[in-house]
Order: sequence, then C-alpha cells, then structure tokens
Amino acid sequence: MRKGFDKFIEKAIFACGLLAIVFVALIFIFLLIEGGSFFKEFSFLSFLSGKYWYPTSTPAQFGILALIAGSFVVTLGATVVAVPLGVMAALYIAEVAPAGIKDILKSGVELLAAIPSVVIGFIGMVTIVPLIRTTFNLSTGLSAFSGALMLAFMAMPTIVSISEDAIRAVPWAYKEGALALGATKWQTMYRIVIPAALPGIIAAVMLGIGRVIGETMAVMMITGNAAAIPQSLFDPVRTMTATIAAEMGETVKESSHYHALFAIGLVLFIITFTINFIADTYLRKVKK
Amino acid sequence: MIRLDPKRSQNIAFAILLIVTILIIVPVLLIIGVIVKEGYSAITWEFLTGMPKDGMRGGGILPAIVGTLSIVTCAICITLPIGVLAAIYLNEYAKDNLLTRIIKLSIVNLAGVPSVVYGLFGLGLFVMLLKFGVSIIAGALTLSIMELPVIITTSRQALNSVPYSFREASLSLGVSRWQTIAHVVLPNALPGIMTGAILSIARISGETAPILFTAAAFYVPRLPHSVFDQVMALPYHLYIISTQIPNMPKNITYGTALVLLVMVLTMSLTAIVTRYYFRKRKKW
Repeated sequence: MRKGFDKFIEKAIFACGLLAIVFVALIFIFLLIEGGSFFKEFSFLSFLSGKYWYPTSTPAQFGILALIAGSFVVTLGATVVAVPLGVMAALYIAEVAPAGIKDILKSGVELLAAIPSVVIGFIGMVTIVPLIRTTFNLSTGLSAFSGALMLAFMAMPTIVSISEDAIRAVPWAYKEGALALGATKWQTMYRIVIPAALPGIIAAVMLGIGRVIGETMAVMMITGNAAAIPQSLFDPVRTMTATIAAEMGETVKESSHYHALFAIGLVLFIITFTINFIADTYLRKVKK
Repeated sequence: MIRLDPKRSQNIAFAILLIVTILIIVPVLLIIGVIVKEGYSAITWEFLTGMPKDGMRGGGILPAIVGTLSIVTCAICITLPIGVLAAIYLNEYAKDNLLTRIIKLSIVNLAGVPSVVYGLFGLGLFVMLLKFGVSIIAGALTLSIMELPVIITTSRQALNSVPYSFREASLSLGVSRWQTIAHVVLPNALPGIMTGAILSIARISGETAPILFTAAAFYVPRLPHSVFDQVMALPYHLYIISTQIPNMPKNITYGTALVLLVMVLTMSLTAIVTRYYFRKRKKW
C-alpha cells in the first residue's frame, strides 16, 4: 500500500519536473500556429521591414520596423543608464557596505522589484513625464527618453542582485592574494574582483535587457505610443509589447490583425529566448 | 598625468559607489512616500468596500480588490504544488543528464518570456481553445504558468539548503526515498518554500499584462460568483483610471495605487523578514 503510493507520487514528481519543458514548447507552438497563419497572407520580410503599422486602415499595413525601433531605442537607453549604475551598486553592496547596512540595502532593492510595473508607470506619468517636458521644452514628455529612464530603474533589481551574486562568488583566495601584495581594497576590486566576476555580470546585464524588452505596462503608459520610427530620443515611440497590450483587446478574433499581434509575440519570444540562452551560458561559466 | 594616491582614490571610488547606491534606493522610498501622501486621504471604509460610481470617478474599488484576490488565490493554489513537486524532482531525483539540462534551460526561458506574451498564450489556449472565456480561471492559469519558474527556483534553493547528512541519516534507517523527502527534507525546507510562495503572490498581484485579455474587465459592478466570471482587477483598474478616464479625481487614482502597493509590499516585507529570521535561527 505504502509502496504503491510511493511509486505514484514519484511518477507525479517526474511529471511535474517535465512540465517546464511542456509549457515552453506549448507557448512556442501556440505563437507559431497563431502567428504563423498571419504569414499565409503577408510576407515575413515585409512584416519585419515594413515601416508602417496601420492595422485598421484599408488596406491594412502590418510593418513592425517602427515597433522594433521603438523597443530598441528604449532598451538601449535603459541599458546605458542601468548597467553602470547597477554594477556599481552591486559592488558597493557586495564588497564595501558594512553588514547591517548591507541587509537594508538588499531589502531596498527587493522592494523595488516588488513594486508593480503599473504603479511605476503611473508614478512615471505624474513625475518624470512632466519634468522631462518642461526641462527639455518638448510638446510632450511621453517619449522614449522617459520610458528608458523608468525602465532603467525597473531593470535595476535584476542587474544588482545577479551581479552581486557573481561578485560574492569570486574566491576569497583571489582577493587575499591581491591584498597580501599590498593592493588597496579598491585596486583589488577593479583589477581582480570585477574581471573574475565578469561572466556573471554579463549574465546580469543580459537578463536585465531581457526584462526591459519584455516590460509592457510602464512602457505603454510612458512612451507616448506613436508607431513611427523615432528621429531622436525625445520622440514618442511605441514598443512591440505595448502594441500587443494596447490592441489585442480591440481586434476581431482570428482576423489578420489578431494574427499579426501573435506574430509580434513570436518575434518577442525568439528575442528573449536568445537573450536568456546567452545569459544562461555565462551563468554556467560562473558556476564552474 | 597626476597619479592619485591609492588610498585617496579608494576613498573617492567608495564615495561614488555609495552615492550611486543611494541614487537607486532613494527613489524607491520616494515612490512609496508620494503614493502614501497623496493617496492616504482617499482611503475610507466606503472606498475599500464600495462599488465604483460615476464612471469610476467616485465610489469604491471593492470589485477590483476581490477580483485580484480571487485570481491570485486560484493561481497560487495551482502553481505552488506543481512547482514544489518539480523542484523536488530537480533537487532529489534528477541525474546530471541531457534531460535535466533541458528542463533547467526551459525554466530559465520560461522565466524570461515577456508577461504580455503569457497574456497572448493564455488568450489562445485558455480563453479561445479551451473556451474558458475571459474569466478568473483563465487569468489564474496564465499567471500560474508565468510564476512556475519562480516557484521552482526558490523551492529548489530551499531544498538544496537542507544538509545532505539529514537525508543520509534517514535513508540509513531504511526509510524510503519519498518518505525521507516528505518527513525530513520538506519540513526543513518549508520556511524557504513559503517565503518564495509569498514573494510570488506579491508579484502576481501586481501583474497586469497577463490578465489584460484573459481575466480583467473594464467595469463589473458586482462580485464574482464562479471562477468562470470576468472580474475587475486592481492593477488593471489602476491602468484604466490613470490613462483612459478624463477628469479622474487625483486622490482616487493615488488611493487605488496605495491599496495595490500596500497589498504587494506587506507581502514582500513579510517574506523578506521571515527569510531573515529563519536564516538567523538556522543551526546548520
């Protein structure tokens, strides 16, 4: 009786272990089927390289170049801001901060991770957006720049906590060796610790970028949602994620527009899959 | 070029690192502070227990609170057992082979899928194909898949931190593998698993994109009766009133944000404090 139950539960455990594979496969297959039927009517190349996204005009135009550009500009801006700041904060928390303060700072970073993106979006709308409009004298503060700033902030927990893990994983012997040779703590940090932790830091950056590309609500509320290729950082843009979120509610099910949004989802899935794969490769290096 | 004295350059570098860290932490406190200050006045008993009125510009947010609670409860009930069992498989049973590598890679990738893509998937599978319609259960299933990698990862860390000698002691007494896991490993890993679960609940309470097309409704002036009902949800409601409704009274928007924030942050803080407490108490 007990043996039978043991056998049953071990089978259930194995099945649950496999579920992650099942779900990744299911998501991919679903996007492929629903997005794939879009490419029966429209060519893949004109989808990727088309400059105009007019899904509801006749004839409808489904070019996502402007959306890709929007995602790219916002992501690039956020990365440029978030990476140096995040890595510096990780260094401080891992190597410099005294024990008591370390816990407080880490909790602070965790709190930031806990704030829902819709709340960040709302706060961005009432603070950053008007500030940027008046500072740079723009007609609207809803721009790629505002979005990039908020996203940089949102990517911070990922970058800080994973870099911090990588920095802490550097063997003590490395640091002791440098310190014994008379190097200061700071010299040890940037000559020894950072190079040794680099694979982990790269993984942190990749995961941060993945987070930024996939972010939806805050971006939709702050970037102005203009589906045009931005000429400057201060133009309103529209990202791929925001397009799906904003338009899916209003599409006719099984229409070309509906399938086009799934096709965008497929593009996003492939991008984030690649980024996570690279990040995972670097993380594996750290563990060795 | 002037060469800085190493001691001095260290002081300068550390000061810069400190400033940057403060620069990241202070906005967190500012965000919380602003929302508390501006939203505090909106919080009344009527606001928490009433129905929205005047096209959301007045009344309360009860249906949104109840909606979010029902979606989140369903989601965690689905994802927690599955996630813990999957973590047990990975930590206690899996051998270091190709299958295990593929599972781990799937978990990493599942964690990286954008939330709005989960929304698309939920729409395609649960709403359309399985015909659940836009409903609590469709939203909960979508969120449970999204949260699965997080539950698996945190539970696995908790299981992994139980010393190997505990298992050896039990196995050497002739106890079976599963009995050892159930009676020795799991109880010791429980605090870690629970912290992970609470953090997950906090995270999914604030998610908007996955429930946009699977569960959330613009306006439902009554409470849900079954899991197949469409509901209002707190994060979606905040999105609606802060972007779609003109002349929205400011304090109601801030009040809604405050309720959401308090919900999410109390849970996160509980998890952080519990973890800290158990880490200190641990004897091995």
